Amino acid sequence: MSPRLTAATAARVLRQLRHDGRTIALVVLLPCVLLGLLAWMFHGTDVIDQFGPLLVGLFPLLVMFLVTSVATLRERTSGTLERLMTMPIGKGDVVIGYAAAFAVLATIQACVVTGFAVWVCGMDVKGPIGLVVLVAVLDAVLGCALGLGASALARTEFQAVQMMPLVVFPQLIVCGLLMPRDQMPQVLEWISRAFPLTYGLDAMQRLSAGQGWADVWGDVAVVAAFIVGTLAVAATTLRRRTP
Amino acid sequence: MDGSAIEVHGLRVERGGARVIDGLDLTVPRGQVVGLLGPSGSGKTTLMRAVVGSQVVAGGTVTVLGLQAGDAALRSRVGYVTQAPSVYADLTVHENLAYAAAILRLDADAVDRALDAVDLTSLAHRGVVSLSGGERSRVSLAIALLARPELLVLDEPTVGLDPVLRRDLWDLFARLRDEGTTLLVSSHVMDEAARCDRLVLLRGGAVLADATLSELLDRTGAADAEGAFLALVDAARRGDAA
Repeated sequence: MSPRLTAATAARVLRQLRHDGRTIALVVLLPCVLLGLLAWMFHGTDVIDQFGPLLVGLFPLLVMFLVTSVATLRERTSGTLERLMTMPIGKGDVVIGYAAAFAVLATIQACVVTGFAVWVCGMDVKGPIGLVVLVAVLDAVLGCALGLGASALARTEFQAVQMMPLVVFPQLIVCGLLMPRDQMPQVLEWISRAFPLTYGLDAMQRLSAGQGWADVWGDVAVVAAFIVGTLAVAATTLRRRTP
Repeated sequence: MDGSAIEVHGLRVERGGARVIDGLDLTVPRGQVVGLLGPSGSGKTTLMRAVVGSQVVAGGTVTVLGLQAGDAALRSRVGYVTQAPSVYADLTVHENLAYAAAILRLDADAVDRALDAVDLTSLAHRGVVSLSGGERSRVSLAIALLARPELLVLDEPTVGLDPVLRRDLWDLFARLRDEGTTLLVSSHVMDEAARCDRLVLLRGGAVLADATLSELLDRTGAADAEGAFLALVDAARRGDAA
């Protein structure tokens, strides 16, 4: 692995994205539209204050998961990955390069979505807003990492899009969004602790309740560790030799 | 720098439980254009993938430029063009080459040279998505030419090209050969056999013949490569039946 090749890969992926303005628009605007609908529906209540930060953390994860898993599957099926693997570039360069490029997109997305939620939808965050953006970016990068890993399990585009419900929905059900985790059956609560989304959304919940860095750094560290671990696994799924 | 470009001994490849190559031996000398001919399904692509080290093999040895196929040191010394153009459709021609050049640690001159070699300079800033199939396959070829590799493995590089472009590409291959490059080129267009220094005929994952065109014509009494190939296949079929 070399930083130069990782950067070259990230730059290449960003150039591909730049040629696809509609995808950028969808990635950035779609979460805003969904948040806006929610704020409109619950106008005059505190629902947007309560759930807004969770959604600011969740939507980017969903969107980035889909975009990344399709992008990497395309690379696998188009033959470009096969050629890349015959060239002097490390597997880590490819995976980290992808993650870095999508992290740039995720950062733009998180800033726009958070800004929209606060200034347009009137979301009231009691904790530091900068940390909300940071956690949103980390959640989005987590989505990228999971998407990169999941695309290795998919052989076709049909399978790739179904990796999202397979990987993300179970996490969503037990993460505490539908029911506080301390009210869940014990086994489900244990399972929720093994899922990264639980920590990403826990951090958002704490921030919306007015807690600060001292209360969320543990969550942030767990999400970061999951990102690193998932990327490492994703890199091992790349093969120089294929059947 | 002596020795063969490629030496294959007892190569075995299995796919989906079936032996697609069973005990193949082949030697490709340096500095020649070697044509790999055979019907589809005869194992041409699988053999080429084994040579560039992207094929899982079940047995045998493949030695490329004195090293085991797939060795990290070969990654900038062997250029590989897959049958379907492996290019990023959502980048421009130049951006595709620039990324590969960055990986190979080459400068902008190398990109310009490669574009010139395949006559794509005028299309450098066009998106690949807007190119024809033949133009895309030339982009793919240009990427393989970037590092001026010692061995070029080209899987059906002339498919979908018009006769003028095909002739131009074979002229390019001859030029590269004259500069010392070894080329392993697969084709199912038999009239291209005349442009090769040596021909390897594959059938059912085995080498049916490995000779120059004139040797093949002498041996079979055929008038052209296609006739020679058909005569050899028919003889092999009679052997199968017997």
